[in-house]
Amino acid sequence: MRCWIGGLAVLGPGLPGWKASEAVLAGEAPWAPADCVVPPPAMLPPTERRRTSLAVRLALAAAAEAAAGEDPAALETVFASSNGDGAVVGAILEALTDPAGAISPTQFHNSVHNAAAGYWGIGVGSTCPSISVGGHDDTVAAGLLQAAAAVSARGRRVLFCAYDAPLPPPLAAVRRTTVPFAAAMVLLPEPGASARAVLDLRFRPDTTPAVAAPADALGALEAENPAARALPLLRALATRRATALRLPLLGDSVLEIELAPC
Amino acid sequence: MQPLSITAGTTVSALGAGREALRAALHGRRGGLRPGDFPGGPEGAWLGRVSGLEGVALPPDLAGFACRNNRLAEMALQTDGFADAVGAARDRHGAERVAVCLGTSTAGIEETERAYRRRSPDGALPADFDFERTHDLQSLPRYVRTRLGLRGPALAISTACTSGARSFLEAAVLIEAGLADAAVVGGVDTLCRMTLQGFASLELLSRGPCRPCAADRDGISIGEAAAFVLLERADAAPPGSVLLLGAGASSDGHHMSSPQPDGLGAVGAMRAALDAAGLRPGGVDYVNLHGTGTRANDAMEDRAVAHLFGDRGVPCSSVKGWTGHTLGASGALEALVAAICVEDGLVPGCLGVEEADPEFRSDVATANRAAPVRRVLSNSFGFGGSNCSLVIGRA
Repeated sequence: MRCWIGGLAVLGPGLPGWKASEAVLAGEAPWAPADCVVPPPAMLPPTERRRTSLAVRLALAAAAEAAAGEDPAALETVFASSNGDGAVVGAILEALTDPAGAISPTQFHNSVHNAAAGYWGIGVGSTCPSISVGGHDDTVAAGLLQAAAAVSARGRRVLFCAYDAPLPPPLAAVRRTTVPFAAAMVLLPEPGASARAVLDLRFRPDTTPAVAAPADALGALEAENPAARALPLLRALATRRATALRLPLLGDSVLEIELAPC
Repeated sequence: MQPLSITAGTTVSALGAGREALRAALHGRRGGLRPGDFPGGPEGAWLGRVSGLEGVALPPDLAGFACRNNRLAEMALQTDGFADAVGAARDRHGAERVAVCLGTSTAGIEETERAYRRRSPDGALPADFDFERTHDLQSLPRYVRTRLGLRGPALAISTACTSGARSFLEAAVLIEAGLADAAVVGGVDTLCRMTLQGFASLELLSRGPCRPCAADRDGISIGEAAAFVLLERADAAPPGSVLLLGAGASSDGHHMSSPQPDGLGAVGAMRAALDAAGLRPGGVDYVNLHGTGTRANDAMEDRAVAHLFGDRGVPCSSVKGWTGHTLGASGALEALVAAICVEDGLVPGCLGVEEADPEFRSDVATANRAAPVRRVLSNSFGFGGSNCSLVIGRA
């Protein structure tokens, strides 16, 4: 499968957007930890904007940055998240331990895994198809594979966005997500002025051990958030050098990516 | 899109285990909804609960996956010879060429609810709680993939109540992109307090069994179900086989939990499915409605169907009066209903509805009709403004 990469986005500790992070991702400037500031989504009406959680704000901010050079309403979307809106789900689980069991209707509709996708559609006025997927530690690879398959099979432009926010206790203790992180990219069916790189992707059975994350501060982030497993791809895109990547999938397979700059 | 063959299929719902139980219930007009007895569920709501589920054991080597959702998945894999049919496909294509695309809205969260009630005094979850293999969305496709000995791509889709239908579309994408030759698709969703109390909080639960399209309909009855289908390229399908002919999706871009009132999103998904099948609306003989029984959904869907097919343009109905709304499983379950309608020449009239809402412009069946049914359009809509339609039938 082949697709081209257009607009890009990253949001995480010390990574405040693609442009501001490109040198760090390319290894030309040191990464320094800094709080991840996520703006409320300007695309939503004020009443909705105030109610959005960190998970939704992360997803929308990254998606908006990646889609900045496009008509955002014309993009199909793949939103990938391991935990979904863990803060909302955690609050509901907490409320359900009360014998009365009453929960907030707004929290309930915000608990669905496709909440971020729903707000994206509302925010940009899109009626394009959208999927929301999970995949635990392999969320990025699983989502990217499906997004690339949609590009390849149907020739559509697809916005791929991976995001995860920290979980509240007690869930935090059973699912490590210590920092917010989001990455997004527009996948194109053909090369164009906005294309930055071409990706050839392959799904292949492979049980050899996963490649260890680079032994630097940025590499250490990969273990802190499932969406940060996008970092090897983001770093390769920032360096603009031909790179071969192997992202683990399902414990017995890999997503192989050959990246070449345009 | 290239049509895909429905080589095997199975379902377990409140109507019982297997496609024949579903078929018999549809013909005999026997519903599966009962007054709710699910612990922690809201008072007075009727449910489509699967009996005997609590006693289902998973294979010992997969015991870590044990939760209500995977028990129901296991029950379905053992039904209708489904696991054996997938095994044969695995032998034909190779394990790495069979994908698993499954939808669920809540996966094993009922297990997490139990774990929250067993927290230690300091608030920690019990040590035996397996988040990754129960709560996590990929629990369902991982369980099914491992249980069936498959090595192809696997996808956990969670687009609320369109998840099950959407799995068909995403599997078609994988096959068309050359990543797989066959796919296990479908959905599993099971009763849990979160879903039941959530719909109660939105005041969307019916006081009795749900009655989609009735003038005095008053909401949803929640059900649980597993439904699986094995999709393969249709080249080798015998003439007359029931196929997945098309699939299409759209977003409302309107509101998180209320549909766009004119049904524009629904029209978009139906059009996309018809386009994918290379059909005009006249090529459809029956529309299986999402038809949840809420005031807003059914009115919106009636407008959407009438917009596309014209006033009284095509017979349509909802089967939620039989099964309840099985959420992320409903689209897959109703794909199997659609196949039965084609095989048997059946338009199942909405159960428990004497007369359709007189305001409606579409031709809502309230009694079973015998009629040639070559192709069915089946709708699913969900929170977040997610819409997905499938075309099931003969080429």
